[in-house]
Amino acid sequence: MSSILVTDDLPYCPGCTHHHVTRQTAKALEKLGVSPQDVVLVTDIGCHGIADAVFATHTVHGLHGRSTALAAGIAMALPQGKKVVVFIGDGGATIGLQHILEAARMNVPLTVVVHNNYLYGMTGGQPSGLTPPDFRTVIAPEGTHLPHHNLCELVHEAGAAFAARVVGLGDFSPTLAQAFATDGFSLVEVLEMCTSYTPKLNPEFRLRRTAEAAGYALGTWPGPSRPAFRLAFGQTSASLSKTLKTVVRREKVPLPGRFGLLLAGSAGEGVQSAADSLARAGVAGGLHATKKGSYPVTVGVGFSAAEVLLSPEPIHYHGIGQPDAVVVTSQDGWHWVKPRLASLSSGTVWVDASLPPPETKARVEVRDFRKPFGAINAARCALATVMRETGVLPEPLIQLFDPAHRRS
Amino acid sequence: MEERWTLVDGSRLITESLVKAGADCFVGYPITPASWIFQYACKGFPVALAAPDEITTLQWMSGLAAVGHLPVTSTSFPGLALMVESLNMAYMMELPMVVVLVQRLGPATGTATAGAQGDLRLVTSLISGGYPLPVFCISNFEDCWSLPPVALATAAASRTPVILLTSKEMVMTHRDTDLANLPPVHPVERTFYAGNEPYVPYACCEDSPVPPFLPVGSGAHQVRLTASTHDCRGMIQHTSPEAMANTRRLQTKIEALTPAVYELFEQESAETLVVSYDITAEAARDAVAMLRRRGIPVSLLLPKTLWPVPSVYLEVMRRYPRVVFAEENLQGQLAHLLYGAVLPPGVRKVTAVGAMIPPEAIVAEVAP
Repeated sequence: MSSILVTDDLPYCPGCTHHHVTRQTAKALEKLGVSPQDVVLVTDIGCHGIADAVFATHTVHGLHGRSTALAAGIAMALPQGKKVVVFIGDGGATIGLQHILEAARMNVPLTVVVHNNYLYGMTGGQPSGLTPPDFRTVIAPEGTHLPHHNLCELVHEAGAAFAARVVGLGDFSPTLAQAFATDGFSLVEVLEMCTSYTPKLNPEFRLRRTAEAAGYALGTWPGPSRPAFRLAFGQTSASLSKTLKTVVRREKVPLPGRFGLLLAGSAGEGVQSAADSLARAGVAGGLHATKKGSYPVTVGVGFSAAEVLLSPEPIHYHGIGQPDAVVVTSQDGWHWVKPRLASLSSGTVWVDASLPPPETKARVEVRDFRKPFGAINAARCALATVMRETGVLPEPLIQLFDPAHRRS
Repeated sequence: MEERWTLVDGSRLITESLVKAGADCFVGYPITPASWIFQYACKGFPVALAAPDEITTLQWMSGLAAVGHLPVTSTSFPGLALMVESLNMAYMMELPMVVVLVQRLGPATGTATAGAQGDLRLVTSLISGGYPLPVFCISNFEDCWSLPPVALATAAASRTPVILLTSKEMVMTHRDTDLANLPPVHPVERTFYAGNEPYVPYACCEDSPVPPFLPVGSGAHQVRLTASTHDCRGMIQHTSPEAMANTRRLQTKIEALTPAVYELFEQESAETLVVSYDITAEAARDAVAMLRRRGIPVSLLLPKTLWPVPSVYLEVMRRYPRVVFAEENLQGQLAHLLYGAVLPPGVRKVTAVGAMIPPEAIVAEVAP
């Protein structure tokens, strides 16, 4: 009596090689002396997937082609000694090829048993990525004339600890046992025959002969010895908030209402950190503050812009419709902010002296932001100038980020 | 307690709050505007994994949940779209997990760095058959800290994936915060099957519609999980009465156990109720304050549990002849979710795409 199977009555078509794969799997696990409760069988869609019911192991039945990824999530979190076995078809292996390669690359400790009968059986006999070029299927009665994937070589190249290809005849349980005993990713591809579709369309079909003709080499592909991928739970994680730089609140700044500022400059010129410093200075002055950045996907080039909102009251809505100040420190920033300037009807636009005068109904102030301390400090210099001239923040708070003060 | 003021973004609060609540693994892949959560998770979670794609993300999470962990991911619409089948699998297997969905401007890849509230109708229809998946929505900065534990607790208690909805402007804006003032987060309490009888994975006790959980790989009992229609033992069935009862139970448990989380600020003699959620809820708070300062009575409902809809929302809305919905999408998705295809007279929408709705727009609708 098998310890792995609950019945000898398997649910497959008469003559289907799946019978043999199921029994050989059970035999290999029994040879290794593994308890069924130390085995997790992960299956997916396809005739092989109905094997769950006959196994005394844990069973998880997932989505077509995704069983290897699902099994990887299980296997990487289980302790050594547990065996995770994936049953997948050639169709599922085609759908989930990325999952198989990724598990091999990571060396997740599991064994993928590929039931390669050269077609999708459950759905009516369609070709898969493992179908030989001349193999006839329902929707490709002349064959696909396309080469099949060589799964064993693919996983070997991806870093599998062990791969093997066998014909589904005779006793191949030693090969399966070798795979199951491997502490790392292993794959065993079993070449099979679907009795429902193959003989009708391929009367000349013979397992070994067809495999040879298709270039399906039998054998093993041992991989390099490297640690299996297992997660280490139980570590204490770092507190994200404890590492944050805090702000000491000083005197309360008498700001009468919201002050919204838009800063536009160039990537690499300290725009985001300058805006962050301004917001922090506001918080140091007992104000409430929000700050957000805007930049192109290529973060190292082009414009860099930031919005800072300072308020004596808690901030809920943090949009800045009509900014009180628009500060432009570079050509990139000037081009980015130009459309918005045209719609401004209030506030002040502060532009670096090197830039052309903007077309806007807002007041315009021209200053040197780039010259005094270089481009890298242009944003800080500009914000210090604007805060000083508008009187929004008092001198001690401006000095927290003013490059003139930092240098002295 | 000594004050600890700083600037902090919503992504950081969400991440740390989830960890404190007991989420122990994060599976992520980069997608704007959800990547900050992924980056913080790599520092803050006990285990963080970089998955190669969206489907793998949900499959790994399902595997991790199956062996007893509480996984989290963050994504945006393009990623969620690819996760839908796997989310259905986790729902059917009854595996707990949290998906933080950071909305951005669509359709398709849209504008990755622009906010939006366009995915509500999507997340309320994710499960084939119309079965409800709990959806909670972060509606202010404080929610970034307080709502993730609710989402995680619901996932664990109901054995289900949960969507935690938010949007770009909520998670990528820095804001002044007194860290010392953040309320404590209590870890989610989980219990596992400890009986001596063989474990029946989808059998419930009489007092709960949620079956006790036992991790796959347990040395004590066999565990069967399946995404296909199944009976209480986890055996695949076609449409047997037992299997269909089990499938119906999925809806029953979510409706029964999803907590109703909302804020309600009613004002005496108010004829108008403003309803808003997500980032626009912030504008709605300001709008209501502005109206009240002008002497216009108005009430405010901020739903945080968006799906399944708590009946209390309908009770509140029925009390007002005018209900104004404010949400950053073109259709008024919450309004139609609550009222159907045709909005009754008195129900108005303030909508926008491509920009946040300012408080003034809500004020103008309430008191033109």
